Amino acid sequence: MSEQTVSTAAVQADPLKQTATGVRPISWKYPITYAVLAALAVLFVLTIPAGARTHFRLSSGGDFFEIPLVELPSRPAGWILAVILVALAGLAIWQASRRIRTRLWLPLLFGVLFVLAFLVWAGADRGAVIPLVTMLTGALALSVPLIFGAMCGLVGERSGVINIAIEAQLLAGAFLAAVAASVFTSAYMGLVFAPIAGALVGALLVFFSVKYQVNQIIVGVVLNVLIIGLTGYLFSTALTQNPELWNARQQLPRLPIPGLSQIPIIGPVLFNQTILVYLMYLIVGLLNIFLFRSRWGLRTRAVGEHPKAADTVGIKVNRMRVYNVILGGAIAGLGGAFFTIGQGLAFGKEMSAGAGFIALAAMILGRWHPIGALLAALLFGFSTSLGNTLATIGTPVPSEALLMLPYVITIFAVAGFVGRVRPPAANGTPYVK
Amino acid sequence: MSASGSQQGMTPAPKPEHQSPWAEAEGRLSRALRELGQTSWVVTVLAVVVALVVGAVLILAANRDVQASLSYFFAQPTAFLETAFQVLREAYSALFRGAVFDWQAPSAARSIRPLTETMVYSVPLILAGLGIAIGFRSGMLNIGGQGQIILGATSAGFLGYALSLPVGLHVLLALAGGILGGAIWGGIAGVLKARTGANEVIVTIMLNNIAIYLLAYLLQQQWYKQTGSNQPLSSSVDESAQLFSLLGSGFRLHAGFLIAILATLGVWWLLERSTLGFEFRAIGENPEAARTAGINVPKATALVLVIAGGLAGLGGAAHVLGTEYRLAGGVAGTLGFDAITVALLGRSKPLGTFLAGLLLGGLRAGGVLMQAQTGTPIDIVLVLQAVIVLMIAAPPLVRAIFFLPHADGRPRIRRRSARRKTEAAAGTSSSRQPELQTASTSGASSAEPPSAESSSSESPNSTTQEPGK
Repeated sequence: MSEQTVSTAAVQADPLKQTATGVRPISWKYPITYAVLAALAVLFVLTIPAGARTHFRLSSGGDFFEIPLVELPSRPAGWILAVILVALAGLAIWQASRRIRTRLWLPLLFGVLFVLAFLVWAGADRGAVIPLVTMLTGALALSVPLIFGAMCGLVGERSGVINIAIEAQLLAGAFLAAVAASVFTSAYMGLVFAPIAGALVGALLVFFSVKYQVNQIIVGVVLNVLIIGLTGYLFSTALTQNPELWNARQQLPRLPIPGLSQIPIIGPVLFNQTILVYLMYLIVGLLNIFLFRSRWGLRTRAVGEHPKAADTVGIKVNRMRVYNVILGGAIAGLGGAFFTIGQGLAFGKEMSAGAGFIALAAMILGRWHPIGALLAALLFGFSTSLGNTLATIGTPVPSEALLMLPYVITIFAVAGFVGRVRPPAANGTPYVK
Repeated sequence: MSASGSQQGMTPAPKPEHQSPWAEAEGRLSRALRELGQTSWVVTVLAVVVALVVGAVLILAANRDVQASLSYFFAQPTAFLETAFQVLREAYSALFRGAVFDWQAPSAARSIRPLTETMVYSVPLILAGLGIAIGFRSGMLNIGGQGQIILGATSAGFLGYALSLPVGLHVLLALAGGILGGAIWGGIAGVLKARTGANEVIVTIMLNNIAIYLLAYLLQQQWYKQTGSNQPLSSSVDESAQLFSLLGSGFRLHAGFLIAILATLGVWWLLERSTLGFEFRAIGENPEAARTAGINVPKATALVLVIAGGLAGLGGAAHVLGTEYRLAGGVAGTLGFDAITVALLGRSKPLGTFLAGLLLGGLRAGGVLMQAQTGTPIDIVLVLQAVIVLMIAAPPLVRAIFFLPHADGRPRIRRRSARRKTEAAAGTSSSRQPELQTASTSGASSAEPPSAESSSSESPNSTTQEPGK
């Protein structure tokens, strides 16, 4: 019923677009990007000194079976990768000219190979070992709060509430997780309280933006300030006066999944994690199913796209938004817990350090889709981890450039250079009957 | 009331179909900001009161003496009250002495120093706040004050120590460099918004982070920082490029404050008296109508953010050339976000922004003394700030907390469903009685700000809650 309403509304909304889609002009943006990157990879290889070697470490400390250091001759390895990249770019150009839709594997494979080519070049004759598994583990660790945050933003924005306060929710989650875990001396209690903190911030957000219809972005910005101030204040008073009681370190134990965790390289990265990370897999999976296959998801999207239509079929728009933002807050709170109990750290001032904003960027880059947001968050986490690794082994590329990368990519994305991003139609608009 | 309300409530609905959601949100933003402007200064004062009460709760909760006296509260309630009063008096009087007038100071000059410190802190806040206010008036949310301040500071500081020029010229050139840096950073967002429709909120947030890494990168480059050490810290700005001191030694007040005053006047002229400012306000009120009236909307959009960025950049420049003298990674602190608060608090009006900048500067300056004397962490200033803005953004909530009548003189009447929530937020359950009576005697429902749309469209919300499916 409401599905129908929504789709007709979409048709009405864009009559011009509908007729214009007959023959779409070929988009050369992606093929050209691939070609440029492939050319860059060739350039990398050309600048590698002859006879250089690149070392990769493929195992972390306590693996089931140790893989020795992998030593590659840089130039031949670089050439192989560059040739494959050129071939892939050629494939993309051919597909584009024949109007064949490129599948997701192409950009993924291209990305992985390009990064490898980059690493071969960056590590050539540096005398340092590139710790591949450590780098990937670090990437996942950096991504976890981003993924939780992006899911939080997604749940809210799909129902039409812009959530700039993801940062505040992460921070509140981190704070309460650390405090609860410390007081009850159990990390799992932190896991119980973290979503409550996030949900409370979410509740404040909807209290002001849905009930009083204050601009959602303003409320979000102010809530960030409020939570940074509040947690900072409490940290400087109670938590520093009596750290044994309030801010003792607690860590969620790692729970390796038997079998899976012993797969080389990806096993220790993906399946030797805390329950929080497994929860993250679960949440992304569930959201991906429920957002598009359940009554709740349909209603959420209806409320976010066309609240009036949703209202006429009896969906309570504002109630839906309230529930969703609070649910999102709880998810972000869990993500915040990763900063403290997930990594076994005590709470520190402003320890979320802008992750909420990157999560927001990841959600936009992922086009408000759970899988897209997941990939974008992983990309951001990976580029940061890569930046950190490069900063330690020392390469010609400044690590700051890589740390900037997520933000630059996001600007390109919202400016329309990386595909068109379209937010839910009613995003940011309070609903009044 | 409710019949007319439902009809009016329909009117805003037809337009969303064809507009992009962000454009829609912007229309709402300018409306919301206009509403802010219409509410009286009473709300501002009351918002400050609420913030101070919230702050008081936090101060008491963290104080050990209070905690101790609370443990024998039932045996000796007066002891608790006395201690609480004592603690609060100390904290807030330190806040006042740090911000305005220090009656405990050894000399007369020292006793007025706090006021000059307030001015010092307020300079970048006012300048950047003015930039953000221009954005608000033009219907744009410029979250990028932080990045623009950093860029302004980065370029002004660099020009300040890298060049050697005569006294007057050097300062002017460094300031101009700061303006240019901020304007470029704001301009990126402005041009992208004008040309591609990229949402300025997202772009400016991203630019903030890029600016942080850019400065971090520059502070590792020897050609940039010119110190010869590995510290991520630049060399000091030349004397010829420093903003001159207004009150001589012992005071930090510098010519930046004069710049802030001039900028306030300039922005007032720009917004209220110039053609360009009229265009800015027009695209803020209604971009469609502005386009129909022949205003070049993309150009004006880009210009708004260029000017906003330039002002924020000037703020960053004044901060470096007048107060900090050298660049570090955290040179901008949280100035950019505080500037948003300043603009909101000042209701996007130049004079209001100036006063709000002074208020926040005072909170900063007072917070420093409060931290030093009573051990109350300065983070509480952030909480005060946030509460003030939240309260000002939701005047109905403030009126609900203080049981005030509606802004246009009608008695305040609220919806039944709203009552519980608001009271929970206000935390004043003790005085629920009169509340119930007003609500039951006149069953109508309108507790919204002056805007016809929101006040009237509120009412059917409560009466015809659910048509069912």
